[in-house]
Amino acid sequence: MPEAVAAHAEAHGHPAHAHHPALQHHFETLEQQKEASVLGMWIFIIQEVMFFGGLLLAYFLYRVWYHEAWVEGSNELDILLGGINTVVLIGSSLTMALAVRSAQVGSKKGTVNWLIVTMVLGLVFLVIKFFEYKHKYDLNHIPGANFVFEGPHAPQVQIFISLYFGLTGLHALHMVIGFVLLSVIAWMAHKDRFSPEWYTPVEMSGLYWHFVDIVWIFLFPLLYLVDRTHRLG
Amino acid sequence: MITPTLPPVTYLNHKYGVMSWLLTKDHKRIGILYMVVVTIAFMLGGVFAAGVRLELTTPQGDVWSADTYNKLFTMHGIAMVFFVLIPAVPAILGNFILPLMIGAKDVAFPKINLISWYVFVIGFIFTVGAMVFGGVDTGWTFYVPYSSSASNTNVLMTGIGVFITGFSSILTGVNFMVTIHRMRAPGLTWFRLPLLVWALYATSFVQVLGTPVVAITLFMVVLERGLGFGIFNPALGGDPVLFQHLFWFYSHPAVYIMILPPMGVISEVIACFSRKSVFGYSFVAFSSVAIALFGFMVWAHHLFVAGISPYSAMVFSLLSYAVAIPSAVKTFNWAATMHRGAIWWKTPMFFVFGFMGLFLVGGLTGLFLAALGLDVHLHDTYFVVAHFHYIMVGGAIMGYFAGLHYYWPKMTGRMYSDILGKLSALLIFVGFNLTFFPQFILGYLGMPRRYHVYPDEWQVFNVLSSAGASVLAVGYVLPVFYLMYSLFKGEVAGANPWGATGLEWTTQSPPLPENFPGQPIVEEEAYDYHKREIKVA
Amino acid sequence: MSHIAPVKSYVTVFGTLMVLTTITVAAAFTNLGSLNFPVALAIAITKATVVILFFMHVKYSSKLTKFVVASCLFFLACLFGLTFTDYLSRGWFASPRGTTMAGTQVTVGPDAPGAAEKAAPAEGGPEH
Repeated sequence: MPEAVAAHAEAHGHPAHAHHPALQHHFETLEQQKEASVLGMWIFIIQEVMFFGGLLLAYFLYRVWYHEAWVEGSNELDILLGGINTVVLIGSSLTMALAVRSAQVGSKKGTVNWLIVTMVLGLVFLVIKFFEYKHKYDLNHIPGANFVFEGPHAPQVQIFISLYFGLTGLHALHMVIGFVLLSVIAWMAHKDRFSPEWYTPVEMSGLYWHFVDIVWIFLFPLLYLVDRTHRLG
Repeated sequence: MITPTLPPVTYLNHKYGVMSWLLTKDHKRIGILYMVVVTIAFMLGGVFAAGVRLELTTPQGDVWSADTYNKLFTMHGIAMVFFVLIPAVPAILGNFILPLMIGAKDVAFPKINLISWYVFVIGFIFTVGAMVFGGVDTGWTFYVPYSSSASNTNVLMTGIGVFITGFSSILTGVNFMVTIHRMRAPGLTWFRLPLLVWALYATSFVQVLGTPVVAITLFMVVLERGLGFGIFNPALGGDPVLFQHLFWFYSHPAVYIMILPPMGVISEVIACFSRKSVFGYSFVAFSSVAIALFGFMVWAHHLFVAGISPYSAMVFSLLSYAVAIPSAVKTFNWAATMHRGAIWWKTPMFFVFGFMGLFLVGGLTGLFLAALGLDVHLHDTYFVVAHFHYIMVGGAIMGYFAGLHYYWPKMTGRMYSDILGKLSALLIFVGFNLTFFPQFILGYLGMPRRYHVYPDEWQVFNVLSSAGASVLAVGYVLPVFYLMYSLFKGEVAGANPWGATGLEWTTQSPPLPENFPGQPIVEEEAYDYHKREIKVA
Repeated sequence: MSHIAPVKSYVTVFGTLMVLTTITVAAAFTNLGSLNFPVALAIAITKATVVILFFMHVKYSSKLTKFVVASCLFFLACLFGLTFTDYLSRGWFASPRGTTMAGTQVTVGPDAPGAAEKAAPAEGGPEH
């Protein structure tokens, strides 16, 4: 986009080096900037993995200690809703990948549309999650003072459900943040900010969104599929 | 000799006004912004420490109530660990000097750098708010179930404050890692990097990978305390030791966040003031990485008497011995650097010598604690308190002061009074030893930590310790005066008052907003002092 | 990323993930004994790997990016593995003398375990 470059150079008053308007001045080239951004996003993602990792450590420990309670707690979760959510979220990863691809080939319409589909799918996920939480509330399964559960393993089931809410709640929070992020990126795409030379924000949001999907890829079997054979009654 | 004058355009004077500071993206200004907050936190932590030492001057609990005393040592620990030691060298000196050292115009993500400062400030306000409105008495370690259910102090607010602050550390770590990977000047290969850069790099991956674990742990405590969730609650079958595992998984590597950058500073200062290249450069570089890596594998030495299995304790004991090895490598290499060098006795070198002695004692006493049999007797006694203060204060804070006094001319363009600087270093060294050496003896004799009363026969050591603390306080306050004074009346420093090697010393003091007038290119190895004929006053 | 994947490749990846999801649900309803948990984890890890390599383009990324992703696994392994050296080995040592509770055990005098047998000679010879 040479016109944008020239306009930028004029606006900044530096005709000597005309460069892409998205290039920040502490970087030498767009390529260096893009590589830095992607590396930064990956380092942020591995930090998020360690963040969930702490909760997962608690989950794994108590799963070993209180397997029966884990089976009971898991069977309380609605596998159909969880399954639908899994399909929805993985689908949203597909649409996100397609949005990034559209940006790569310079298709503004494709970028915006696929981003919107991704956001809609994310919203579907969150709505289903809301209903799951509400169901727990209705059954008095929210951990704390009002927790009610039948059976000898009730205290440990309360730990399971605490971890369920902790893990899925944190995941949902990340989805909400992702939703906001994608709406900003979709707006930027709509405003023609991206091109095959520079679509880094789309790519970075993609990485974030896929990470959120990967967390769910683990949470679904760990929380919903502990043991559905009912062999423990 | 030509008397240097202050350069006309610097990062300090090219824009004026409060907003030019609060909205800056310049890493140098952000480093100074951090220095302001960290200094306030240091004073706050010092006030709490004064409260503790005041009580301990007499065997009876006659100054504060027991609850107040608990709050004092807790808040001393929180202020010092999270708001001084963790950010001091990385966020202040690292932010300022890293891009200069690698020949870059700024860090990779300047806006995120500014955000990290705001996150730090918000976390600080939350935490200080918690301290002011009632305080917190769980110990800076927040052990459950006291913190999650029994304590009736502001655990929630403090936990949230520390949680927020952690993200400042994470963002700084991300920024530094990408900066070092992607923004080095042409010709600046990894093994030509100054050792402070290696140290900051190693620290960054501890910041990035460890901090989220304490964040999630505090989150779990907040869930348990605030919403009644059960994760650590023993009544439900939860394991309080799990909290300790999770907490120390970060908090042990955290001490390496605190010590690695000061060790990097020591490498820089020793090379400059011995006029000699650091002995065994690659060993020192790799030792930083090794410390960061091994540091992740030793945390349960804080849990030796908490009820973990003896087998596991043996594994962690062995690993804790292993982590001492790279630290020892550094110490030997620093000594070898000085050997047959030309020692130049200036203030930064005084702080370096202080560091060497105090870090040595602190590190060696760590080995005492890593031994299972000894730890059974020494755990939770003043021996531990003395050990970690030797490392954190005698090591990390000394290293920070060495760096502050080394880079002050670069940051401000001014020299401070060298006599007063040396006096501070001596006062700190003497005051420190007087404060903390008696505590080794107290610990050996069995005085438990976090107690506000003790048997009469231990008073003499406690009085020595409190007296030392007063001397230490003078030593810490003195720099405020002569450094502030230097800003107005200090001799102009020039680009390279120490005759040091490194890209940061090739540009003006204070630096230009964009650091260098052109793009520096590196063709020499680090610390090539032998190639230089530098005459300095 | 300079590598632009065809749309079909992304759809294939999606299809693979759907198949794996179906398998993991089916496995949960099948009694595999103690293998249920490792199988579920293995499938989840496979799905995550596919997302990382193809949706997140790591297959076509720099060596540094690949190293960063791999290093994360190392630290996660430290967290889980070393913590479990504690939890899995608790109770291995049955004798109280081998634990940190040793200081509170009475080993000599009339209240020590086995003191009564020592006081009166055992009948029927030594036990072992």
